[in-house]
Amino acid sequence: MAAVAIDSPKPLSPTWRNFREALRRHPTAIAGGVVLLLMILAAFLAPWLATVDPQAVAPVKRLKPPGEEWWFGTDMMGRDVYSRVIYGTRVSLTIGISVALLTTVFGIAIGLTTGFVRWLDAILMRVMDGLMSIPPVLLAIALMALTRASMQNVIIAITLAETPRVVRLVRSLVLTLREEPYVQAAVAAGTTLPRILWRHILPNIMAPLLVQATYVCASAMITEAILSFIGAGTPPNIPSWGNIMAEGRSMFGLANYLIFFPGICLSLAVLSVNLMGDGLRDALDPRLARRM
Amino acid sequence: MAVVAFVVFLLLYLTPGDPAAILAGDAATSQDIAKIREALGLNEPFHVRFGEWVWRLLHGDLGISIFTRLPVTALIGQRIGPTFSLTVCTLVFSVLVAVPLGVIAAARAGRWIDRAVMGFSVAGFSLPVFVLAYILIYLFSIELEWLPVQGYRPMSEGVWEWARHLVLPTLALGTVYIALIARMTRAAMLDVLAQDYVRTAQAKGLAPNAVLIGHALKNAAVPIVTVIGIGIGLLIGGAIVTETVFALPGVGRLTVDAILRRDYPVIQGVVLMFSAAYVLVNLAVDLSYMFFDPRVRY
Repeated sequence: MAAVAIDSPKPLSPTWRNFREALRRHPTAIAGGVVLLLMILAAFLAPWLATVDPQAVAPVKRLKPPGEEWWFGTDMMGRDVYSRVIYGTRVSLTIGISVALLTTVFGIAIGLTTGFVRWLDAILMRVMDGLMSIPPVLLAIALMALTRASMQNVIIAITLAETPRVVRLVRSLVLTLREEPYVQAAVAAGTTLPRILWRHILPNIMAPLLVQATYVCASAMITEAILSFIGAGTPPNIPSWGNIMAEGRSMFGLANYLIFFPGICLSLAVLSVNLMGDGLRDALDPRLARRM
Repeated sequence: MAVVAFVVFLLLYLTPGDPAAILAGDAATSQDIAKIREALGLNEPFHVRFGEWVWRLLHGDLGISIFTRLPVTALIGQRIGPTFSLTVCTLVFSVLVAVPLGVIAAARAGRWIDRAVMGFSVAGFSLPVFVLAYILIYLFSIELEWLPVQGYRPMSEGVWEWARHLVLPTLALGTVYIALIARMTRAAMLDVLAQDYVRTAQAKGLAPNAVLIGHALKNAAVPIVTVIGIGIGLLIGGAIVTETVFALPGVGRLTVDAILRRDYPVIQGVVLMFSAAYVLVNLAVDLSYMFFDPRVRY
């Protein structure tokens, strides 16, 4: 018996096979992944990809249209837009990914607490309801108005604005899981709470959370651009897509490429994250796919 | 709402910088500042200040703008017109477009029209409001010269001028919202279309459209209305950006100006007003469940 099992080639685990199968049905998700990967590469290789220093001011070369020498043109201070856009990739990706990670961590921590510690549930959920009744972009704007403009503060502000939704999701998942027979059985068998959380709850909430994290990442990138665009985000000395567009705002009639190049990059980045999210959702949970 | 008020007050309370020092100006001595602090009640403990702030809030007093020295309520009152026009137009336009789109997509699930609607929906989610706004300005105002680039005319100067200035902002702001509602409508419709009573209605020979609207859409209404309410949050965030791009003199512009000048009472007032609107709309949504689903009682 055992020999047969050893001789046969090791079959792929069913989850992994479903996963690959679902990915094959979603070429758009793969396209999204490829674009995203290229952008991550661009972010890491920015110093080598950029042709000149993104901050180098050259008044002689002001507002040159896109051409051979300046691929994306130059802005009103003569800075090379192509180099600035490449560096801007760093800002958007850093903020998108950090916010996605942080909201997931906080969401799990607070969500598990509300799901398992009854007396804290009411208090924490009231606070979350309060935060949720302020539109997220507005909350981020208000928080940024309070503090100095820095990338760190942008991340904190967007994280605070996005976390309540993740908490909601974790809590609703936990409340359903808690009633599952295998969790009840674990409780009856005297398993300690941390062990139940680690072995039974966490693995079962990871899939929807991962999907949620991609959407949070996409929305954080847009929010960062909005904040920078209205002058309450990343400080102007860091070239972010939102900042480049904010500076191009008054020049739109004259030099629309100042808006369009960073705008296209931002839309592409958000689109590829969203496509990956949709693909992941279908791959991880076919039941959800029909619902949304 | 009480929690919102508390959070908003905390925002102001934790504000770095001393309002008394700002009010007193550059030439003030420390005694002057101390006097102003006393006069403003800034030396009182936290709960006393919060109590007074809520008391004034309940009397419709949001404080005075640090920069313009005008009451915040007056400032918001001056600017509410364009914002109200923009959001209401977008809301009506989006719902009128998105719900039929979602219904058609669900009815023809898997066909090309469904794919087109879903593709539009993903694209709509991914195009940030201001990028779309600039594309629209470029196409319709600069290249084709059909519509004004920016600005706002109140309705009192003629409905036609008012509408012309609102077309592009509405389109720009509405796209995300349409994407959201169309997606939800399609999902809710697909759920309902799989129910037994829909099959019964079809089997007894009702016209397909009567089944689709009378049976399916009516039963799918609750999640659709819910997402319309939640989407107002998106709409408010987007309105601030849209007003900036199209130079509409609305509350969104006021917010942006207040942020640049660090005019905290104004920021506080605007956040409070938008949140109140958001909460009220969602309350209305909750109440509308009773209309769409008679089983819901409050």
